[in-house]
Amino acid sequence: MPLSSQPVAAEVIPTNVGASPRRRLPVEAIQAWLFLLPAVVILGVFQIFPAIAAFYMSLFKWDVVQGSFRGLGNYTDWLYDNSIRSPDFWRSLSTTFTYVIFTVPLEIALALVLAYLLFQKMRGRGIYRTVYYLPYITSFVGAAAVFFWVFHPTYGLVNEVIGIFGIGPQRWLDEPNGIFAMAASAFGVTVPDWLAGPSLALVVISLVTIWHYLGYQIVIFLAGLSNISQEFYEAARLDGANERQIFTKITLPLLSPTTFFVFTVASIGVLRSFDSVYVLTNGFGGPLDTTRTVTLLVFKTAFQQAQFGLGAALAFILTLVILLFTLIQFRVLGRRVNYG
Amino acid sequence: MARAIPMERGLPRLSTRPRVGSIAKHIVLIVVALIVVYPFYFMVTNSFKDTLEAIRTPPTLFPNELHPENYTDAWSRAPWGRYFINTVFVSVSVTILELITACLAAYAFARMKFRGKGILFTIFLATLMIPGEATLIPKYVLMSPSKVACAGLPCLGWFDTYQVQIVPFIASAFSIFLMRQFFLSIPNELADAARIDGAGHLRFLWSIVLPLSIPALITAGLITFLGSWNAFQWPLIVTSKPDFRPVQVGLSAFRQEAGSSYHLLMAASTFVVAPIVLLFLVAQRYLVQGIARTGIRG
Repeated sequence: MPLSSQPVAAEVIPTNVGASPRRRLPVEAIQAWLFLLPAVVILGVFQIFPAIAAFYMSLFKWDVVQGSFRGLGNYTDWLYDNSIRSPDFWRSLSTTFTYVIFTVPLEIALALVLAYLLFQKMRGRGIYRTVYYLPYITSFVGAAAVFFWVFHPTYGLVNEVIGIFGIGPQRWLDEPNGIFAMAASAFGVTVPDWLAGPSLALVVISLVTIWHYLGYQIVIFLAGLSNISQEFYEAARLDGANERQIFTKITLPLLSPTTFFVFTVASIGVLRSFDSVYVLTNGFGGPLDTTRTVTLLVFKTAFQQAQFGLGAALAFILTLVILLFTLIQFRVLGRRVNYG
Repeated sequence: MARAIPMERGLPRLSTRPRVGSIAKHIVLIVVALIVVYPFYFMVTNSFKDTLEAIRTPPTLFPNELHPENYTDAWSRAPWGRYFINTVFVSVSVTILELITACLAAYAFARMKFRGKGILFTIFLATLMIPGEATLIPKYVLMSPSKVACAGLPCLGWFDTYQVQIVPFIASAFSIFLMRQFFLSIPNELADAARIDGAGHLRFLWSIVLPLSIPALITAGLITFLGSWNAFQWPLIVTSKPDFRPVQVGLSAFRQEAGSSYHLLMAASTFVVAPIVLLFLVAQRYLVQGIARTGIRG
């Protein structure tokens, strides 16, 4: 206890514990830092230090053992300097964004519609919500074992189902050809390479990703819907608005902060995702590298080729890409959000 | 706080002719629910079929004959007991230790005064923005067993241990943030009363704050437990022996091993997925509330 010049009475009955015990500051500050110590040490050693160390490593030739200083050489190798690395990088970046484009909008649209339907008073709402949520708690490893079989080229159920509609069996996760190219060739048309679209394998991965996250997005949308005041709906009804007008003129605009949030979080999630692609392609990003996202390329570079410096540089580039993408989202979409 | 945000305040009926609309609505919801649940159904039913029936096309809806021995068969093909002990030990340890560090730190942020609070809290939140990929390689090097591999960086040499799967995850800015928000909502009068009764911060935290925070503790604990149970990438690279491998990595390895024994793979998948599904069914209220409030995405 430090010596106090305050009268004894004030010592016995302080006015407030949390709010303004300025006099007790040293003791309380020491105690506060002791409370924080475990978290500070763990986050410092396993989050902040590695982030700094990653940048340090990215400046060196570092294949398991630290080598010579390369400056930004690892970065330029990925971006333009190296005739093997650089095409790999740009291809994986394009694959990553294709994965986002074929996952996020559909995932959000589905989740929004289902959340809207679930939000209204109805029987069995809790059961639906539980069922939709199950995939989110299931690991991708467990899910992949099943989806491998559902999409199996020979034994898969999906081929049976599309067979009913007269579509021939597909190779799904083994199919490297672009979906637009395949659709066009069914009508005897050949499309240029840039129009071939994502490989069917990547589309299957997108579908599994949507299946996994759908229930999670529904929960977020339900929370957003419950934040819209009933008065808006009552006023609209008094003005004679029909259900469709209420949805497009009231619900959608007032829900836009939630939609924006979901869009941002979902995009970042897919840009960073590893497990989904890894387990559905047995770690190879195949077929013919058509599903190798940047995260898989980081994994391959660092842990299969043991190029830590190059891997760290690539991970750093990915971090910057995610940051840039998020900033652009905030600038372009953030402005349209109605915070009413 | 658990009751502060009602999750489902239903809309009153908007239309005076709800019958057709509501049937169509249920049809949409049921069709989606069937698609969502089908992989689980497929997994469980195929786990009871024999080798040939499991790969029959189109798949039979129910097994012609029940083969519960698939489960014992699959169980004996890999060290599942070991995998489960590993996963349970790691997940429970991570959850308990993480809750302890989170409660202490959150209490300091919510109810104590000290210099540098604002900056430290900002730094904590900033760690949420660091993507895992960016820190993966240095973390791997940090754990590496040989001094040569991490020249210039400190080495822990924790490959193939439990602590490599536990220690890096026992503090999370997310849980600290969640608990802090909850602690802030506890009225100041309680702190005053505790102080007058002579209770210090630790005593107040333990006897008053924590009992009031059980819903938030369950939410934070469940989210941590789920993340730890389903962890895949990190244990994949830092463990190589079954002695320390968790079930997810074990299942991934078993997929190659099982080869065409598809019914066995489905049995193994079922017993890997089942515990977490059962836990979810029991505790889903807390998990769903926490996710609705914070928007974490695993």
